[in-house]
Amino acid sequence: MPLSYTIAVIAIPLFMFLFLGLAGVKMSRKLTGVLGVIAMAVTTIIAYGVALTYFFGTGQDQVGADGVRQAVTVFNPAWLSFTDTMVVRMGILLDPIAAMMLIVVCTVSFMVHLYSLGYMSDHDGNAEQGFQRYYAYLALFTFSMLGLVVATNLFQIFVFFEMVGVSSYLLIGFYYSSPAANHASKKAFIVTRLADLFFLLGIMILSYYTQTFDFSQLVFGANGANDMAVAQSAIASAGGATFLGCSVMAWALTFIFIGGAGKSAMYPLHIWLPDAMEGPTPVSALIHAATMVVAGVFLVARLFPLYVLEQGAMEIICVVGAFTAFYAAAIACVQSDIKRALAFSTISQIAFMMTSLAVSSSNSAMIEIHGGTGLGYMASMFHLFTHAMFKALLFLCAGAIIHAVHSNENDKMHGLHKFMPITSIAFLIGCLAIAGIPPFAGFWSKDEILVAAYHKGFFWGLWMSMVAGMTAFHMFRIYFLIFFWKKHEIHTHHAPKDQPWTMTLPLIILATISIVAGFVPAHDLVTWNGKALETQLDWTVAGSSVLIALIGIALAYKLYYKENDLPERMKNGALGLWTAAYHRFYMDELYQFITHKVIFQGICVPIAWFDRHIIDGFFNMLASATGSASFAIRRLQSGSIQGYVYVYLLGVLLLAAVTMLCVLI
Amino acid sequence: MESVGNIILYFVIAISIIVFSVLTVTTRQILRSATYLLFVLFATALLYFQMDYEFLGAVQIAVYAGGIVVLFVFSILLTHKPGDDTPALTSHRRWLGITAAVASLALCAYAVFSFDAFGGRLMAAMPELTIDKIGHFLLSTDKLGYLLPFEAVSVLLLACIIGGVVIARKR
Amino acid sequence: MNLTLLMYLIPSLIMFGCGVYGFITRKNMIAIMISLELMLNSVDINFVVFNRYLFPGQMDGMFFTLFAIAIAAAETALALAIVINVYRAAKNVDIEQIRKLKF
Repeated sequence: MPLSYTIAVIAIPLFMFLFLGLAGVKMSRKLTGVLGVIAMAVTTIIAYGVALTYFFGTGQDQVGADGVRQAVTVFNPAWLSFTDTMVVRMGILLDPIAAMMLIVVCTVSFMVHLYSLGYMSDHDGNAEQGFQRYYAYLALFTFSMLGLVVATNLFQIFVFFEMVGVSSYLLIGFYYSSPAANHASKKAFIVTRLADLFFLLGIMILSYYTQTFDFSQLVFGANGANDMAVAQSAIASAGGATFLGCSVMAWALTFIFIGGAGKSAMYPLHIWLPDAMEGPTPVSALIHAATMVVAGVFLVARLFPLYVLEQGAMEIICVVGAFTAFYAAAIACVQSDIKRALAFSTISQIAFMMTSLAVSSSNSAMIEIHGGTGLGYMASMFHLFTHAMFKALLFLCAGAIIHAVHSNENDKMHGLHKFMPITSIAFLIGCLAIAGIPPFAGFWSKDEILVAAYHKGFFWGLWMSMVAGMTAFHMFRIYFLIFFWKKHEIHTHHAPKDQPWTMTLPLIILATISIVAGFVPAHDLVTWNGKALETQLDWTVAGSSVLIALIGIALAYKLYYKENDLPERMKNGALGLWTAAYHRFYMDELYQFITHKVIFQGICVPIAWFDRHIIDGFFNMLASATGSASFAIRRLQSGSIQGYVYVYLLGVLLLAAVTMLCVLI
Repeated sequence: MESVGNIILYFVIAISIIVFSVLTVTTRQILRSATYLLFVLFATALLYFQMDYEFLGAVQIAVYAGGIVVLFVFSILLTHKPGDDTPALTSHRRWLGITAAVASLALCAYAVFSFDAFGGRLMAAMPELTIDKIGHFLLSTDKLGYLLPFEAVSVLLLACIIGGVVIARKR
Repeated sequence: MNLTLLMYLIPSLIMFGCGVYGFITRKNMIAIMISLELMLNSVDINFVVFNRYLFPGQMDGMFFTLFAIAIAAAETALALAIVINVYRAAKNVDIEQIRKLKF
């Protein structure tokens, strides 16, 4: 196998996790960090080697005679055999999206590893408490995420889904002495676990009917690319079985989507992501902006042909995605905490990707009509790639700012442009990219998403364009509020400044990527069926989206560039709306109400009462009855041996008498 | 019809067994109690002789009368000062003992008397039981051999010796 | 007058009863063991008598008695060792005083 060295990409982070986790405490903090960065650099180089070989290598392994880019199964040993046909395997599968994800995960992870050297230290460069643990967790997360993207089957994806969930939990709760971080990590874990329960149900249903977990039998055709015919037969294996009026496959796929929605923070399972910002900022950049949160998108893309055939499930994804995109963008417009604002922006962008996947198949013929391709699929994956880069950039910038001013709140920042020029420019590049201004990365991917949405219907296109405008607005609102608005008041004893090179270098690298990533020929490389896709810029869509973005930016400029009372007046003009948005439309309160008032009070408390008083009570009664009975008869245990003998003798005599009676009669 | 000597011997044995047994458990001086036990054991040995089990009678005298009673006397002397009499029994205790004894006696007597099929048997002639015959049986592995119990008892005795040493030695 | 089996059983029976009585009424541990010896001895007599009267050609009863005597000797030695040990610990062989074996 030419790509067998892919195993190193997985193995190095795993080894580093074990090594840093076990031996880290014996080493100096700096050393563990440097080792972690070096190992990640090696991993990244190998991953680039793998991906570039996969995309641009000329071997027959990757591109078949018909120009179709094939999925390569590097190796795939059996791990658990349930039945003869249902075997859980653990392997490595390379196909366009997996190879692309390798690049994304490794790039961002490497940047974050490097950045954390500076971020997780104080201003004198001393690494903080738990540095070794931090790097061990980062390695664990990287390992899990890479294992997820190269998974060869649903079960492997599920296993690594759980593992990224665990490492996310560990990293959110990294500052475990802070109650907020503890709550946030618990919340993230519980919400994603709940979603994963549905994921597991979906896997069970799907594998029950298809008798396999392997993607190679679910979606990949003989030519090694996603194949409608194979997916058709997988769907048909259900034999038209239905449940509550929907086909079981639709149920299975919806459940799997719910699993992905939990990880990808789709409404209404998004509530954990803003709270997850309690973790260290580089972690937010890595896990909660660039990689783990797109696992749900990746999952849907993985099973894309199945979803295409089950339009019901696809419609749900479309509606949920479109709504989430709008909802999160609206909330992001009023958040005062920089990381939370970015978190909601992330939710909105991930929803973009979901919607894009969903609109790429508004009917199964759509894929064929539109140049024989799934434009939305390609756009979604492309956006995933570019978004990972510029959102990681934005988060790392935010981290640099937070590190400089020691606060997450906007009103502690203001006017930082003079103090932190590099950060400011990098942030601006990130904002331009996410707003979709050409030639930055976000423009190219978002434009294609909008085109795909307009293909589905004018309403969807308009809706997504509006969300894109809101994105531009709220991102520039943050930008202006942080870097301009008014003169910076120095709160701490030293003035904020650009951070050390370990933190600045990743910003520069990511900013560069954000500028050029749009020119990556994604339509040649990352398509649903492995065939190159012909696209040309649709100028009506592109022009209008740029125009909308510019309007959003102009609005933000007008409102937030210089200190003025317009925002305050607007806020007071629609105070109810503002407050609702600021409180995230009370979703957390709603959950709180449902879980505490309805579920805990209405269901759990009676059950607990029943358990404590009826079930426990019964056994307590048995125990206390035995206890009091033994207490009552303990006087018989007098310690007088003769008394015992006497009783014993009487017993023997009685037995003898009975025996004799029986013999005589 | 038995010989008169045998009958007289029987009565001597029976009466001494009964009398000395009762005295053993009723006397208030523990040393006397041991002495009466010795007499009972002698009477039992006599009974074995009358039954023509000479070897058994000899063992009874040697082991029981010569060994066990001496042990008893030793331990009594070790644990009692002279004139250290047992206090008189409370009537409660006595009645308890009497009821238990009478109940067991009654049951056994009823059993013995009701199975009268063999109660009236007479002693039959027995082939002479020489010591070498007993020795052969004791150490043979034939159908009627007793080698296994013999060995088991020897192990038991060893265990008892060790146990006795362990328990009684000073720490 | 004939010496029947029954006539030999009666002294043995009374000996057993005396043993029971002594065992229950006596307070001195050594006296209790003496009573125990009485009971054992009466059983021995029964073995021998039944053997002699019912199966004169065999020797099982005799051997049982033989082993019983050996075991009784061992048991007595051991029990007396315990009694002496108890005496060392409690300065007493009164069974009423040694009642640690209770609740």
